[in-house]
Amino acid sequence: MSLLEVDRLEAGYGLLQAVRGISLTLDEGERVALVGANGAGKTTLLRSIAGAHPVAGGSLHFDGIDVTHVPAHRRVRQGIALVPEGRRLFPDLTVEENLQVAATGGRPGQWNLRTVLDAFPILGPLRRQRASTLSGGQQQTAAIARALMTNPRLLLLDEVSLGLAPVAVETVYDSLGQLTAAGTTMILVEQDLTRALAFTDRVLCLLEGQVVLEGQAGSVTREQVTAAYFGLDQKAGPR
Amino acid sequence: MTWVNSVVQGVMLGGVYALLACGLSLMFGVMRIINLAHGDIAVLGAYLVWVVTTHAGVSPFVALIAVLPVMLLVGYVLQVVLLSRSLKGGQLVPLLTTFGLAVVIQNSLLQIFSPDVHSLGPYVGGLATASWRVTSQISIPLLGVLVLVVAAGVLGGLQLLLRRTSYGRQMRATAQDPDTAALVGVNAGRVYAGATALAVATATLAGTFLAIRSTFDPTSGSTQLIFAFEAVVIGGLGSLWGTLWGGIALGVAQSVGAHIDPQYAVLAGNLVFLIVLASPRGRAIAGGVTR
Repeated sequence: MSLLEVDRLEAGYGLLQAVRGISLTLDEGERVALVGANGAGKTTLLRSIAGAHPVAGGSLHFDGIDVTHVPAHRRVRQGIALVPEGRRLFPDLTVEENLQVAATGGRPGQWNLRTVLDAFPILGPLRRQRASTLSGGQQQTAAIARALMTNPRLLLLDEVSLGLAPVAVETVYDSLGQLTAAGTTMILVEQDLTRALAFTDRVLCLLEGQVVLEGQAGSVTREQVTAAYFGLDQKAGPR
Repeated sequence: MTWVNSVVQGVMLGGVYALLACGLSLMFGVMRIINLAHGDIAVLGAYLVWVVTTHAGVSPFVALIAVLPVMLLVGYVLQVVLLSRSLKGGQLVPLLTTFGLAVVIQNSLLQIFSPDVHSLGPYVGGLATASWRVTSQISIPLLGVLVLVVAAGVLGGLQLLLRRTSYGRQMRATAQDPDTAALVGVNAGRVYAGATALAVATATLAGTFLAIRSTFDPTSGSTQLIFAFEAVVIGGLGSLWGTLWGGIALGVAQSVGAHIDPQYAVLAGNLVFLIVLASPRGRAIAGGVTR
């Protein structure tokens, strides 16, 4: 049975429909990249899966259970964790407190304060600092570490390299590499196509709230993705 | 020397204000709810203590042990049934809801208990009037010291809860970013209900001390609410120890004002409040709220 089943999901903001009937299944251990232009619906899709955005239509099943209208904090307990865009650490809490908050609401498992700090050694010396004093890369690492504290079965990562220096991006992906080795199921939103294709098994390209291209990371070409990204083949098709 | 005495009395009075203000501060800090019914909840608590005291014939402090758990529950239910729904309607709806609640509480008390004035002072024996005479003109009232100790204990306890416990971390995280708190598994509804329960319980404590110290009737709540507001603003929003200092500053101002002339008591307190509001820090608070 697949871990996540998204069936004709719809979500929006008032009259604006950001996600228009997206279907997607994900097996345990699979890594999927979501690509697409700004406003294609990537963030809304991730937030709907995590429960932070209300679902307007369609359904979501996680591990066979209908979670379409389950509030976000209970989805965390079932094993869905989102690393939100812009990191969103609690600014006045220390790094350690940011991690501890996530431990109380999550599932039991291999990740706890000690194992997370072991896995992300750069956080060790920063644990007593307030989160707002960290650099962008440090904050992103802390945000990923915080999501891990809930022991997720599905990790959703929204634009983890956005606004980071190239060196910091390397650090973040190094830590993500460890999770890949551990077999964590992930959906990754990433603007850097090369990185997205290298890091995941499958890629989905969104355009105006719909999936316009889906393929194994090895079989789709950059040209195909680029065409889908800008909607070129769609416009070429009917004429 | 009588000046020193009025400062001492003011410090003690400040303890009551701080006790009343900390619940107001907690609810605003965690949920951004300005609870206009806070003063009336304090009076409601005082009435419950009075009922238990007179019917069971026990000391108000014993009655408090029975009433506090009830008021914790009242706060929890109030949040779950009423305030959590009004929070979904934006910033103005909770304000109007608590305003309505204040009217309902006041009029219900009036209906049930009549407008008669009561006091818990006679039920605590000599405590209400006992004092240590330091010199011929300075005396330290025992009740005042007790209030101050309880206020410091409650504020210190709240501070420890927020800083050291898992529940406190959840409360601070939710206060800073409720959306993200939910994403790491924090049940915001439960955190909010806990905060309101604590606020209602501390208000009951403050109401009881006010009732021992002086008199109360169904309409006493609104005046006390204003003093609690002033204590919060003088001490700085979001700081519990600041609230204690704010309460004490207000108490001293009122007490010294009363020493000059009894009619200046409230005026002097309001002046201190206005001076703080006009200072750069006060302008920052006003700006922060309207933003």
